[in-house]
Amino acid sequence: MNIPAPLVVLIVVLGLAGIGLYCVLASRNLIKVIIGLQILVKGVVVAFMLAAHLTQNENFGQTLALTIIVADTIVAVVGLSLAVQIRLRTGSLDVKSISSLKR
Amino acid sequence: MAFILTGVGVLACAILAFRAKRLLISAIWLALTSALVALLLYLLGGPHIAVIELSVGAGLVTVLFVFAINISGEEVLDAESVLPKPYAWGSLVIAAGLALFLILKTLGIVSFPVDVAKTSMINWDGRFLDFILQVVLIFAGVLGVLGILASGKNESGKEGQE
Repeated sequence: MNIPAPLVVLIVVLGLAGIGLYCVLASRNLIKVIIGLQILVKGVVVAFMLAAHLTQNENFGQTLALTIIVADTIVAVVGLSLAVQIRLRTGSLDVKSISSLKR
Repeated sequence: MAFILTGVGVLACAILAFRAKRLLISAIWLALTSALVALLLYLLGGPHIAVIELSVGAGLVTVLFVFAINISGEEVLDAESVLPKPYAWGSLVIAAGLALFLILKTLGIVSFPVDVAKTSMINWDGRFLDFILQVVLIFAGVLGVLGILASGKNESGKEGQE
């Protein structure tokens, strides 16, 4: 059995993106949603490096992936601080508890 | 073979991170996912980004998660999600199908120009504005950490007043 490496990495990319997207859509815990977002972005970073590897342009791929990692970390930090604030104000991490504007 | 082993490990850790009931366990599985993704990036020929992913993804972000979970406390939510499960699965299948279609189409048809330059040269010469923006983003992150920290102070102040 000899599976080409790009195909394996492609499956990993789609798997990570799928698990992350499902985690974001189906979780009710705010911190779990941020974990899903992290998994999703890891898939994107691997996709960038796969594209860079296939076009033999690794250095350019690395600088783009660096930007993604920085932005993703900031998203995690801001999201976590929002989650902590929501927990302290509403007493719950439930996504439903934020939708008080509806009532 | 290394690609297959790493890939299976990444996917298994990601699924375990999603399935874990306790948030702390989930964060630790996420860190392991990050470490294996760093290995995958190294295998794909990106040593610099592998190091950054390992230090930021498996180090900094995990510390932040543990910190935030400690402050906000464990809360196991077993209730049904806001979005019905079939819709989540449906959107997942549609997204995966679109992504696969686009990737395969792109790999077959378009070929990118090969322009080999050093990572540092691209960073500092070609993408200087992007780099400045990243510095601004990092400062935003520092403010976010202050947001996490400030919350504890507020709460203790309120308790003191009561």
